Amino acid sequence: MSRVQRLVGSLVGKKVIMAATGVILLGFVLAHMIGNLKVFQGPEHFNAYAEGLRTMGAPFFGRGQLLWIARIILLASVGLHIWAAWVVTRASWAARPDGYRRLDLIETTYAARTMRWGGVIILLYVVFHLLDLTFGKANPSFLPGDVYHNLVASFTRVPVAVAYVGAMVVLCLHMYHGIYSGCQTLGLNHPKYNRWRRGAALVFSLAVAGGFIAVPAAVLAGAVR
Amino acid sequence: MTLQSRVPGGPIQQKWDTHRFEMKLVNPANKRKFHVIVVGSGLAGASAAASLAELGYRVSCFCFQDSPRRAHSIAAQGGINAAKNYQNDGDSIWRLFYDTVKGGDFRSREANVYRLAQISVNIIDQCVAQGVPFARDYGGLLANRSFGGAQVSRTFYARGQTGQQLLLGAYQALERQIGIGQVAMYPRAEMLDVVVIDGQARGIVVRDLVTGKISSHAGDAVVLATGGYANVYFLSTNAKGCNVTATWRAHKRGAAFANPCFTQIHPTCIPAHGEHQSKLTLMSESLRNDGRVWVPQRAGDARAPDQIPDAERDYYLERMYPSFGNLVPRDVASRRAKEMCDAGHSVVPGGHGVYLDFRDAIGRVGRQAIAERYGNLFEMYERITGADPYRVPMKIYPAPHYAMGGLWVDYNLMSTIPGLHVIGEANFSDHGANRLGASALMQGLADGYFILPYTIGDYLAQAKLGKVTPEHAEFRRVEAEVADRTQKLLAANGSRSVDSFHRELGALLWNACGMSRNAAGLRQAMTTIRELRERYWKDVYVGGKGEDFNQSLEKAGRVADFLEFAELMCRDALQREESCGGHFREEYQTPDGEAKRDDARFSFAAAWQFTGVGQEPRLEKEPLEFEHVHLAQRSYK
Amino acid sequence: MDLTLHVWRQAGPAASGTFVRYAVRGVTPDMSFLEMLDMLNEDLIRQKQEPVAFDHDCREGICGSCGVVINGRPHGPHNATTACQLHMRLFRDGDEIWVEPWRAKAFPIVKDLVVDRGAFDRIVQAGGFITARTGSAPEANAAPVPKRDADLAMDAAACIGCGACVAACPNASAMLFVAAKVSHLGALPQGQPERYDRVVKMVDVMDAAGFGACTNHGECMAACPKEISVDFIARLNRDLLKATLLPPPTGRDWSGA
Ligand SMILES: Cc1cc2nc3c(=O)[nH]c(=O)nc-3n(C[C@H](O)[C@H](O)[C@H](O)COP(=O)(O)OP(=O)(O)OC[C@H]3O[C@@H](n4cnc5c(N)ncnc54)[C@H](O)[C@@H]3O)c2cc1C
Ligand code: HEM
Ligand code: HEM
Ligand code: SF4
Ligand code: F3S
Ligand code: FES
Repeated sequence: MSRVQRLVGSLVGKKVIMAATGVILLGFVLAHMIGNLKVFQGPEHFNAYAEGLRTMGAPFFGRGQLLWIARIILLASVGLHIWAAWVVTRASWAARPDGYRRLDLIETTYAARTMRWGGVIILLYVVFHLLDLTFGKANPSFLPGDVYHNLVASFTRVPVAVAYVGAMVVLCLHMYHGIYSGCQTLGLNHPKYNRWRRGAALVFSLAVAGGFIAVPAAVLAGAVR
Repeated sequence: MTLQSRVPGGPIQQKWDTHRFEMKLVNPANKRKFHVIVVGSGLAGASAAASLAELGYRVSCFCFQDSPRRAHSIAAQGGINAAKNYQNDGDSIWRLFYDTVKGGDFRSREANVYRLAQISVNIIDQCVAQGVPFARDYGGLLANRSFGGAQVSRTFYARGQTGQQLLLGAYQALERQIGIGQVAMYPRAEMLDVVVIDGQARGIVVRDLVTGKISSHAGDAVVLATGGYANVYFLSTNAKGCNVTATWRAHKRGAAFANPCFTQIHPTCIPAHGEHQSKLTLMSESLRNDGRVWVPQRAGDARAPDQIPDAERDYYLERMYPSFGNLVPRDVASRRAKEMCDAGHSVVPGGHGVYLDFRDAIGRVGRQAIAERYGNLFEMYERITGADPYRVPMKIYPAPHYAMGGLWVDYNLMSTIPGLHVIGEANFSDHGANRLGASALMQGLADGYFILPYTIGDYLAQAKLGKVTPEHAEFRRVEAEVADRTQKLLAANGSRSVDSFHRELGALLWNACGMSRNAAGLRQAMTTIRELRERYWKDVYVGGKGEDFNQSLEKAGRVADFLEFAELMCRDALQREESCGGHFREEYQTPDGEAKRDDARFSFAAAWQFTGVGQEPRLEKEPLEFEHVHLAQRSYK
Repeated sequence: MDLTLHVWRQAGPAASGTFVRYAVRGVTPDMSFLEMLDMLNEDLIRQKQEPVAFDHDCREGICGSCGVVINGRPHGPHNATTACQLHMRLFRDGDEIWVEPWRAKAFPIVKDLVVDRGAFDRIVQAGGFITARTGSAPEANAAPVPKRDADLAMDAAACIGCGACVAACPNASAMLFVAAKVSHLGALPQGQPERYDRVVKMVDVMDAAGFGACTNHGECMAACPKEISVDFIARLNRDLLKATLLPPPTGRDWSGA
């Protein structure tokens, strides 16, 4: 068996896959969050940005081509990420068939303990989110092309906006432990810099989640309409 | 039968080399035809099993712990000696040899000790190659410290866990051989008897401690590396499982037991806290490098230590031994502590403790420096006693620690049963009447890595070994005996726990055959032990089943053997009408209370031959000549 | 002091176990936890009941034999302390104490509080050693080892193989134990030639033994009586990545931890 196969075959290897795909996903959410902030520049800019996403890479790429490539990479990452998460989680459940009457947890964090359910919630969120703003199935008045309108329309439904905010909190936790955990998994540690890893994870997660939350919050507050 | 020490001729420096050349070799192709049984996975057992397997022998290795890595060697703290002279302070093979013979109070075999000193240097090389993380200087070279009062720094150490690191090295070498199938490892397996066929040791009978199944293992030679018997005192620094069973069983099958009364009492242990004390914890000897031992001058002085001004303290070791002070050898330091306490100067209620004080050292070099030297030991002390040694002096008291005595072996480490080899603490070893600090690890590894692998080949190459399988009638017979004995223990179904008997035996021995002994006490003890043994078989309650994981039964078997062995210990102590090393007979001391040897009558190793339980054993003497280290009265004044 | 114990009793691997309630009287503060269990067993024997089985040997915190979960904490409430060194002065009169065995598929229960940790030995057999045949060693001081590396190796080598890391890990992962061994040998020059084969082989056997996957909870480090750091886990992962993804490794290492 080749060494790479042995890596992938091992549980550590699965974690590496999660970490690697996790990094891609982190990159995506960061970019996506920044893009979303254009909402505050008004409809024209934002729709232009959305349009821009589709004409990305022109004239080299045809309309939407590059976007599709990105989508495929994303989809693959999420798929792999979830697959690995599933295998790893099953292994860990199997590793302790009968549990303790009581096991005190001292060192771990809430974020670390909620990674699995957090992930599921994020998944459900994304599904809804796509139906809402990409396919419009879950959107009260969906106008293809007018992303700004769709967005405002969606968030003027208070429960939806609140749900979005909630999802972002979950994502924030997931990223917070995910980034630290990913560093460990990828062996990114050094006595000098270890102290900074959790701090950096916190800053990044708060920034991304905060940026995302700003949009529904603004709509609720009536700042964006 | 007369004892054949088989010490080769020639000048002492060349004995081992010539011998290695003269020994018969086993043809490499034939090695795998031989099956060697190694009982024990401590430093001696693990290193021997691994080395034999590397040579190509088929090896089976047994230990009673759940993993070979847990052998009692793991507990050794201080370090291991070797005559490397890395510190350029005038050490040499000769000096290590000399110190060991003198430290052993001239009751060891010169040729063996010299070989030990020679080999000591190879041990360090071997261990470093295995990845033992010895302490190092900033330049990356190996560090040393002076240990146990040695005048040179020849002790190699790995923090306070030298034994652990050395054992892990040997354990890993052993696991490697297990992994490639050269060694069959049997953990949680207790050897309960040796099987001798046609006068040769051909196998062992073992109890599987998980299932209780009793089974036989046949081989071409048997190696016992089963450690020391200090647990005969119940309270000792040894691990709870340490026992005399393996060696005692061998003794009953014809292996002579040498110098059983030579036991070492370690001066710096944490005093017992009460009746439920289950074992005693050693505080590394290195503490005596900076700690000062004292007791209040006034007997029964109950004041807190800081309330007692220097003028009213008796730093008795410094007073009695101006030149060595607190660094006198273990036997001396221990006996003096006992005297002080017997005279009413004890600093713990119950009369068993003296102070080991770091106040002055901290004042001199500062708390930081002391923390660097002994930090982990101080923590351990505080964890156990709840007292902070940085502020209040430690309380210490001597405790049984090591067995110099053991099965008698010749220069080839073979007992008086052909084919039965004995290594490590289990043999009567190279330490005479007293072992120097950091020399047991050295001896265990010398035996296992560098001596037995050669000498056992010499035996196998020459012995006429017929084919023997576990189906052989003799195996069946011994199996039956073992099973029968186990049944007896269970059947006794009395009213007292095994431990309660063990405690009683321990207390008895500690008083009669501990730090100081006298004829009357020893005679008395022997009768009491006999009575206790009879009561044991009538009144012990073991509980549980034989065919099951039954720790009470394990203990029961071991204590039964201790009860027989203890009598021999006293008999040996009674026979030896002199004081030497760890053996102090009150009748034989100098005016100022030092051990008084009688070289004219007693410079021999006492090897006892078993003649039947409760029957007078036969004493055979191996005379000890001292050609290179001239006999002298040890003086540390 | 008087205590109420709830001890896990299980006749054998196949049998089903339960907690049994015992009262222990007259426990003194300077007793160790195991001495308290001895006391319980003495009582049981007096009543001709079977004593509680628990592993122990050195009672000095070094052999790694002992280990039970005490009120939800492997080796009990005192950090950096094995069960045998845990002293009763940490408990109060009238306390209720729940005692459970390590729980993990890879550590089947033998009896009561005793488990089979043989999986650890099998992991070591796979590669947890430096191949140095007896007699083949060069002069010990021939190759200096930077003090930093020697100390790092010793930090990792302090592991006593007790299994508390597995017991404490929400995933019953053995990463800390394996990481400690891999790092001990990998930190030293002598360990370089086999460094990358070693990690691949040991990880294989670890997975096969049925331990869970590490998701970096850090509980193992908190429970470890020798305070082995999770930094070693990152180091193991790094070594595994280098071993499997990089071109045949030179055996050189770029980081301190
Ligand atoms: C607390 C302490 C500290 C020490 N510190 C030092 C030190 O600093 N320096 C030094 O040089 N020495 C030291 N010593 C002494 C030294 O550790 C021992 O003498 C040495 O380790 C003995 O090694 P061994 O291999 O002969 O026996 P052990 O290590 O005791 O191994 C005995 C083996 O035999 C097995 N065994 C025993 N009986 C049976 C049986 N019936 N059936 C099957 N298997 C059996 C056991 O399972 C074990 O594997 C110390 C000792 C103690 C107690
Ligand atoms: C944008 C979305 C997501 C991001 C940015 C993300 C990021 C990460 C990162 C960086 C890790 C660390 C990997 C490691 O430690 O090796 C991780 C772990 C994990 N992720 Fe995600 N993930 C996302 C979505 C999901 C989804 C949809 C699921 C499952 C349905 C999921 C489940 C998990 C699980 C179970 C872990 C392992 C827990 C751990 O390692 O501590 N994640 N994720
Ligand atoms: C409150 C926060 C968010 C807002 C306001 C938001 C807004 C949007 C909008 C407007 C679109 C449509 C873009 C277009 O069609 O051109 C979109 C698409 C998308 N969003 Fe979000 N998003 C948010 C959070 C997230 C998060 C946290 C994730 C992932 C975990 C996510 C994943 C996606 C995906 C996968 C698409 C589809 C991209 C495509 O393929 O076209 N979004 N988002
Ligand atoms: S890492 Fe710590 S907890 Fe795990 S086995 Fe080693 S010593 Fe025990
Ligand atoms: S607790 Fe378990 S999850 Fe990893 S960090 Fe320790 S092994
Ligand atoms: S009994 Fe040895 S570590 Fe606890």
